[in-house]
Amino acid sequence: MKNKFIQSIFVIAVGSMLFTSCKPKDSGDAVSGDAAQKAYVAPGKYDEFYNFVSGGFSGQLSVYGLPSGRLFRVIPVFSVDPEKGWGYSEETKPMLNTSHGFVPWDDLHHTEMSQTNGEVDGRWVFANANNTPRIARVDLKTFKTAEIIELPNVGGNHSSPFITENTEYVVAGTRFSVPGDYVDGDVPINTYKQNFKGHISFVKVGKEGEMDLAFQIVTPGVNFDLSHAGKGKSHGWMFFSCYNTEQANTLLEVNASQKDKDFIMAVNWKKAEEYVKAGKAKKQSVKYVHNKWDEKTHTATSETKNEVLVLDATALKDICYMIPCPKSPHGCDVDPTGEYIVGSGKLAALIPVFSFDKLQSAITNKQFDGDYSGISVVKYEAALHGEVKKPGLGPLHTEFDAKGNAYTSMFVSSEVVKWDIKSLKVLDRVPTYYSVGHLCVPGGDSKKPFGKYMIAYNKITKDRYLPTGPELAQSAQIYDISGDKMRLILDFPTIGEPHYAQAAPADLIRNNGQYKFYKIAENNHPFAAKGEKEAKVVRQGNKVHVYMTSIRSHFAPDNIEGIKMGDEVYFHITNLEQDWDVPHGFSIKGANNAELLIMPGETTTLKWVPDRVGIFPMYCTDFCSALHQEMSGYVRVSPAGSSVPLTWSVGTNQPKI
Amino acid sequence: METTKISNSSKVLLLMVAALFAGSLFVPLWRIELDAPQYPEGLVLQLYPNKIGGDVDVINGLNHYIGMATLHTENFFEFSVLPYIFGAFALVSFVLIFIAKRKAVLGFFITYMLFIIISAADFYRWNYEYGHNLDPNAAIKVPGMAYQPPLLGYKQLLNFAAYSIPDTGGWMLGGSALLLIMIVLKEFKFRK
Repeated sequence: MKNKFIQSIFVIAVGSMLFTSCKPKDSGDAVSGDAAQKAYVAPGKYDEFYNFVSGGFSGQLSVYGLPSGRLFRVIPVFSVDPEKGWGYSEETKPMLNTSHGFVPWDDLHHTEMSQTNGEVDGRWVFANANNTPRIARVDLKTFKTAEIIELPNVGGNHSSPFITENTEYVVAGTRFSVPGDYVDGDVPINTYKQNFKGHISFVKVGKEGEMDLAFQIVTPGVNFDLSHAGKGKSHGWMFFSCYNTEQANTLLEVNASQKDKDFIMAVNWKKAEEYVKAGKAKKQSVKYVHNKWDEKTHTATSETKNEVLVLDATALKDICYMIPCPKSPHGCDVDPTGEYIVGSGKLAALIPVFSFDKLQSAITNKQFDGDYSGISVVKYEAALHGEVKKPGLGPLHTEFDAKGNAYTSMFVSSEVVKWDIKSLKVLDRVPTYYSVGHLCVPGGDSKKPFGKYMIAYNKITKDRYLPTGPELAQSAQIYDISGDKMRLILDFPTIGEPHYAQAAPADLIRNNGQYKFYKIAENNHPFAAKGEKEAKVVRQGNKVHVYMTSIRSHFAPDNIEGIKMGDEVYFHITNLEQDWDVPHGFSIKGANNAELLIMPGETTTLKWVPDRVGIFPMYCTDFCSALHQEMSGYVRVSPAGSSVPLTWSVGTNQPKI
Repeated sequence: METTKISNSSKVLLLMVAALFAGSLFVPLWRIELDAPQYPEGLVLQLYPNKIGGDVDVINGLNHYIGMATLHTENFFEFSVLPYIFGAFALVSFVLIFIAKRKAVLGFFITYMLFIIISAADFYRWNYEYGHNLDPNAAIKVPGMAYQPPLLGYKQLLNFAAYSIPDTGGWMLGGSALLLIMIVLKEFKFRK
């Protein structure tokens, strides 16, 4: 089982199922006659929405069409991807650099699209790395990861990367509190309560998307699970769900499930900003890296940073408040008006909905219930708008439509429940197959949801597809939510384990300056060859730089001799095409890393260290033309110290010796 | 009334002719559109008075399969003289307003018609040259096949459908020809 808490819940679930004998309906009941028509996008027609789905433990981001469920692309983010040479080419290697060195994998949980005025704007998608804490920004002009910033003081970057109304900040709460990097971490684990601290990070986002770790807020040690930004009237606030307020450090499935209520932490980030400006933050020395992709040099750079500003939430009394929330809150979602904050106690039998107005007056009138390790705890009733009674078992995440409805995923009872935000009445429920986690409604966490579809991302697939051994395809399901009743219209498999996802109208993205190819004249790669005339081979000691070009249907040069054992060969390949969708590939026998996939006008480098004497064929790996099979060449490797001169050619043979 | 002088309305038309000639200096004159299954968005070759434009790099890249020579602006002397010719035509049209002689207008009209005929012949010659002069080492050889685009209209060339049609500047030049015809008709036929 994927999540630990399932195991403890399982007993409850089976018990209650027997008790109420609510046997899950089969899909036949849920699918109506015209479902296929609703999900059908005819060949040659475009989908209505792009769907950006987290790849979970695959570390990647996948792009689907809605409502067809067709997979368009897998964007490599935190994991190496031999298909695109990501993390293998010399240019992309720095993107996966961390303070721990080159980390070729991560656990990507959540995607969040940039917003302007609280509305999805189609510029970027942010994604979190859970394991080695990082945040990535994917540029939607190129569908490429443009930037990755590491987060210090953090363990398990889970409540991340949620953004504020105008993409001022991307925030990240630590899932595992740990001693900060700036203190001695060599402490007994059972001193959790004294020594373990939570750090939540506010990463500033610039005009061109560039990220900068602005400040962190240090909190008592708890587990931050998810977060969402306030909007409209609650703009300037951020809400984080916390569990393990018991501050247990072992057997959390039992020891972190003791309290009847944990918290949603409300953070006044505007106030925090003021404190940072007023110099109330401490400079702490830490180590983290910031990796950036340059679209002109087609090369990433990795920069190490050594400082972070930290605000103490327990010392500055008016930036953080705890709102009690039953029980082990997981999701924490804010409705489109910004007034209602929905907590989801994954072990709770109800859904608490808090009111931002009530929270504000509770804070003003000091309706507190003591404090939690120095942070004021607001009285539950004082902040509560109301509770959704008997919604189902295991509420996890809530998304919203434009009509005042909320949709909450129920993990244990495997269903999605639709309810009215104001009246808190349950309006409809529909089964999912099986154990649903996150949900996505296009624009469903913004001020302007587009509605129409709701997609459930499931943790378990069981009988949805043909079996493929012990591990089955991960699954998502699309529901039509345009009517009063939710209707299942399609299942589609996903990569990795799908967590959160975002969706936006197709035109918003494809008309937002989408690249067709890179202009060769603007290629500033230091090893670019902007025409066959510039193709050459240069020896620098034992390093050999091959300035190679590729165009339908040949490489230049395609015969290289004079490489010797002990050499490190760098193939810098420039794709000379200036035509849409004509990438070329490159591979060479015995290469220990991967192939390259080079976009038109781009330059990419493969490092190759020959391991034996002989002739090594190289060829194009991406079908490019009728003469694709002919797109190949040879490299001759001679023994170390051999007198074979360095020569290269294309179209002419070297004179016989 | 002196009958060798042109009317005021003809002068206005001449001013329009001058403007059309001048305007055509800045826009493409002719376009050859190429459609193929793998190019759903189409490829276009645009001929300006002074250069080849459009997807010329892409087309050059494709031409190597059939051994067609690549297209380069500098290989055509036409692009160095056409801007001067159109400039001169604009100037002459303008000057004719002040000369205002019927015979002068007629002379210019005939010159322009001759220019159009010569241009069409020249264009045909180039099309023939490029379509027939193929590299014997080309990868794709189809017996009896030539790749000469049509002078005007549509022709299927292997997988490509080629459409040769006037572009903005071509229509402007066509318009100036029509206006000149109108002037000549007006001055010679209807003004006895």
